[in-house]
Amino acid sequence: MIRLEALSRTFEVGSQVVRALDAVDLTIGQGEYLSIMGPSGSGKSTLLNILGLLDTPTAGAYWLDDVNTSTMSDDLLAATRQRQIGFVFQSFHLVPRMTAAENVELPMLLAGLPPAERRRRTRDALEGVGLMERVDHRPAQLSGGERQRVAIARAIVMQPKLLLADEPTGNLDSQSGAEVIRIVESLNARGLTLIVVTHDLELGGRSRRLLRLRDGRMVEDRPQGGAAGT
Amino acid sequence: MTFVDSTRVAFAALVRYPLRTGMMLLATAIGVAAVLVLTSLGEGARRFVSGEFRSLGTHLLIVLPGRVETTGLGPGLMAGETPRDLTLEDARAILRSPHVAKIAPLVIGAATVSFAGMEREITVMGATASLLEVRNWKLGLGEFIRDQDWDLASPECVIGDTIRREILGGVVPVGQWLRVGERRCRVVGVLAAQGMSIMVNVDELVIMPVASAQQLLNAPGLFRVLVQARGREAVLPGRLDIERIVAERHRGQVDITVIAQDSVLSTFDDIFGALTGALAGIASVSLLVAGVLIMNVMLVSVSQRTREIGLLKALGASRRQVTRLFLTEAVILALFGAAVGLMAGFAAIGALRGLYPGLDFAPPAWAVLGAVLIAIGCGIVFGILPARRAARLDPIAALAGR
Repeated sequence: MIRLEALSRTFEVGSQVVRALDAVDLTIGQGEYLSIMGPSGSGKSTLLNILGLLDTPTAGAYWLDDVNTSTMSDDLLAATRQRQIGFVFQSFHLVPRMTAAENVELPMLLAGLPPAERRRRTRDALEGVGLMERVDHRPAQLSGGERQRVAIARAIVMQPKLLLADEPTGNLDSQSGAEVIRIVESLNARGLTLIVVTHDLELGGRSRRLLRLRDGRMVEDRPQGGAAGT
Repeated sequence: MTFVDSTRVAFAALVRYPLRTGMMLLATAIGVAAVLVLTSLGEGARRFVSGEFRSLGTHLLIVLPGRVETTGLGPGLMAGETPRDLTLEDARAILRSPHVAKIAPLVIGAATVSFAGMEREITVMGATASLLEVRNWKLGLGEFIRDQDWDLASPECVIGDTIRREILGGVVPVGQWLRVGERRCRVVGVLAAQGMSIMVNVDELVIMPVASAQQLLNAPGLFRVLVQARGREAVLPGRLDIERIVAERHRGQVDITVIAQDSVLSTFDDIFGALTGALAGIASVSLLVAGVLIMNVMLVSVSQRTREIGLLKALGASRRQVTRLFLTEAVILALFGAAVGLMAGFAAIGALRGLYPGLDFAPPAWAVLGAVLIAIGCGIVFGILPARRAARLDPIAALAGR
């Protein structure tokens, strides 16, 4: 599903060139569950941004479903993000003036789905994360865990193949975090490719495959037993 | 994203920030209202003036003695000639033109009018029976001057309503004898109260047969000759006829000036039209200022909503969609601002009408339409820059709030 070939991403900070990613090779299959770990500045967020088509590599190639993403136009990248990729952020990124339902509806609005379809999917998605009784609440009226569950509903409402989660439990207490993890892992169990970037050793240990980055290089890529589904 | 959806999202964003939205609405509304009020002032003045001229009667030509030269010295002056008087004989000759329907020779002067110990300096007008129709005046009581031989200096007069009230007091006016200067005249009628009619206060006039007035004022020449042409098409040939007829009688000298009321009217129309246009221009500047304000506030709004824009992009919004969302906000603001401005403008015009009932204040249709279109145009033009800035934001930096 995903194939990275000698992928590099450099930033110019003043006169210095920072290698955020340095010749990373990676292949990820459909339905995998992997975590990306590493210290701050190791390049894991950059890798996630590139996988999510928010950023483009400076060298190397990123093949998504056998299409070289470097040949895609801005609009095509946006459309691909819309249809194939869901994002879950550490700080939720809900639109504060919109209700839970409206936040979930937003990507479908952008995609131009008909209103009846939007309502059906919104209801299904919020039901899936157990927030049916919170549809008309605004983010400020929701707890952190509930907000992240709304964000997950929003990320999956377009039925993507890939879910990218950047420190999804970073702003949550352990109980809410566990609930969020349970939800994304259940999505993975139904075939969704799940990639989690985290500092959290316990969370990182749950996946079936662990990547470790340091200074933009892949220093470890190993399968692990994981705790998913237990 | 459909039009309805983007409008709904943009609308919701505007409602979310009531103060900011209110300020922008206010700025646009003031601009639109200013255009309406200022142009209606100009238009009110134009209608007032053209109404005054219309009250003169239609297809009117005004004959003045003397040639008005616009540049230099006229040949008459060079030859040391003084312009000839315009006489009753000239007026009679003019009436023979096939293009002339009615004619009203006029003499005007000041005289002392007295009645039962009351005395006042008033304007005396010498006229003929045709004056009433030519100038469209209304008679209140009695009759107007009889249609008689113009040379007959009969001792009768018609008075204005103010004269009746203030000099004759409570007595029945018709049949009373007034002393006017060195002569006496019997009041045969009273004009209905009608106020000013082109510089002359009709209510304060004493009108007598033209020959009487000439004797009273010792004025052999006429002050004006009002000529009513037989129709709109007869105005121009009538004018040429009058000049030819008078020239024949004045040894080939065209020593009169003929003014067509229609041309005076259209000149004033042009002047006030230009004035209204200038006022509209001035008011449009305030609309432009409103547009700049919208741009500024939208730019601030874009930087405040950076994270939201980043999120939209992460969710797959294209540049065009982000541009459209912000542009829609600007246009909604402009539309609502224009609507509020229209209401405020028409309310202000209504108040002006109440204050000055004599003037018919109303904005011309082009000003109403123009103000709304400029407001929307400003919304689009000044909305583009912030919208494009939003669309160009890098999603990663925007999500991080940078």
